[in-house]
Order: sequence, then structure tokens, then C-alpha cells
Amino acid sequence: MTKKETIEVEGVVAESLPNAMFRVELANGHKVLAHISGKMRVNYIRILPGDRVLIELSPYDLSRGRVTYRFK
Amino acid sequence: MGIIIKTDAEITIMREAGRITAEVLKILTSSVKAGMRTDELDVIAEKEPKRFGAIPSFKGYHGYPASVCVSVNDEIVHGIPDKRVLLDGDIVSIDYGVIYKGFQGDAARTVAVGFVSPKALKLIEVTEGSLRAGIQAARKGNRLGDVSAAIEEYVESRGYNVVREYTGHGIGRNMHEDPQIPNTTKSFLGMMRGTGPVLKKGMTLAIEPMVNIGGWETKVESNGWTVRTKDGSLSAHFEDTIAITDGEPEVLTSA
Repeated sequence: MTKKETIEVEGVVAESLPNAMFRVELANGHKVLAHISGKMRVNYIRILPGDRVLIELSPYDLSRGRVTYRFK
Repeated sequence: MGIIIKTDAEITIMREAGRITAEVLKILTSSVKAGMRTDELDVIAEKEPKRFGAIPSFKGYHGYPASVCVSVNDEIVHGIPDKRVLLDGDIVSIDYGVIYKGFQGDAARTVAVGFVSPKALKLIEVTEGSLRAGIQAARKGNRLGDVSAAIEEYVESRGYNVVREYTGHGIGRNMHEDPQIPNTTKSFLGMMRGTGPVLKKGMTLAIEPMVNIGGWETKVESNGWTVRTKDGSLSAHFEDTIAITDGEPEVLTSA
């Protein structure tokens, strides 16, 4: 079964915003507005500025994404 | 999260999972005939792996409702088996996978129903050839982008187009693991020759080019699954699960 193409990148949380949104800075310097994935919200995974996270970008709008993983 | 390297013992199980996948897929492709309903294939896909102690892996995956994907003519992938009757002259892509002892096998073939146009036969031939080209590039020390580029060059030099928005994938305990394996260098992932992760012994990959006679653009049907070519042109799909070795890549899904 094929996989729908998604873009996953690593970044560092620069700023915590209301409504579980974050501004994440990518390795290339881009800043992306990311919300937290439902699965992480359900499991109360806290994200703080300075954390290294994996985000999934939308191919349609590369300035927005979804935090899918927080590195330990 | 990173590409999982399998041990020799794990690859032995995956070889079994692959063989079962290929065995059942062979039964499926050889049962295809004009006048058959596509959901008859689902019955086979559901029942056959039990003989081997395996279960079909697609059912319930992200809510997919059947055990096999049957994509006819302009359908590229993820066609849901239903009351549709196969007609003489159709081409049918069958994508199938099983779980055996916790490991996955995943493979796809495109076959002709009865007598089909030479154009359609050529498409099937090129798609299968592009899978072989991709597998040949999947060697230890090469990079993932070499696989994508090999498939794309094979297809485009023959005047066809590769679907860009759907990819192959790593495979193991899960059907979809890292990495994503695009069949093109022109997608958002931007996987070029000489770029991407270096391939290592013990990686297991499902390589699956989808090739259209017309443009690469796709659209998803209202059922949320079935993907068609935007221009209605024919599409074919071949897939094998392979393991990277010290030498020749090993095809795990051969019957």
C-alpha cells in the first residue's frame, strides 16, 4: 500500500503560543507555525521552548506544520 | 523516526511474510477474469493467508475497509473492492500485504483482463521495468535518491509519467516505516540522485512505482481512498518488498 507523501523535518521550539501552538525554528532558519498533534495532546506531552521536535509540514503551505514528536 | 535496520533473524521472518504475500498475490492475479466482481478478490485476500498462519494487513489500516486494493484502469492505487465487474480490456492493479509473526510483506502487480490494447500492455511492461530499475539501484552504499532517480529516468525516457504524491516506504513491524521512497526527483521531498539517506545492509524497503500514460496529477475520489489519474489516463502499479544486502538486493516478495 502506498504512502501519501508528507514532509517531516526537525526543528527547535522558539516560542510557545496560546492554543497549543508553537513557533518552531528549522535547521535552515525558517520559522514555522505548528500546532500539536492530537495524539500528543491526548498523552499530555508537554512542549517547552528549546525542545527539539519533529514536525510534519503541509505541502500546500510550508509555513504551517504539526508537531508529531518531541525528542528526549 | 529513523530507518530501522533488521537483524538476519528478522529478515528471515520477513522473507516468510514476503513469500506468503507473493503466494496469495499470485492466486489473486491468476483469478482475475472478465465478468468477475472486484469484491470476489477481497474474499480470496481475506481467506488465503490463514493457511499460512498470516493475516491480511490492509484491513483497518487507517480505516481502510478491505483486505486488498483493486485499482482498475485510471485508478492508480487504493481502489476499494466492490460490486464493480471486470471487463475484457481492463487493466487491474492488485496491491496486497500480510502480517506474519509480527512482520509485514507488501507487494503489487498489474495484470490485463482478457485482451487489452497494446498501449496498455506497454504501460504494464514499463511499470514493471521501472520497479526492476529501482530495485537494482537499491544497493548498499547507494543513496535513497539514486533509487528515485533510477525509476524516474526509466519511466520518463519511455514517455510516461510517474505519480509524485504517493511513495514507497520502509517496512518491517509496521507497514509504513521511514524512509518515504519517492519514485520521482520532482516531489516536495526533492530526492535527487546522490542525496538522501545512505542505504545499509538490513534495511527493508517497499519500492512501488505508479506510472501513468498521461500526466502525473492525481485526484482522490469521494470515498476518501481511491486515487485516480486527473486526466483519466491509464495507470499501472508494481511493488516489491526488498532487503538491502551486501550484494544484490534481495526481493522478499517472490513466490
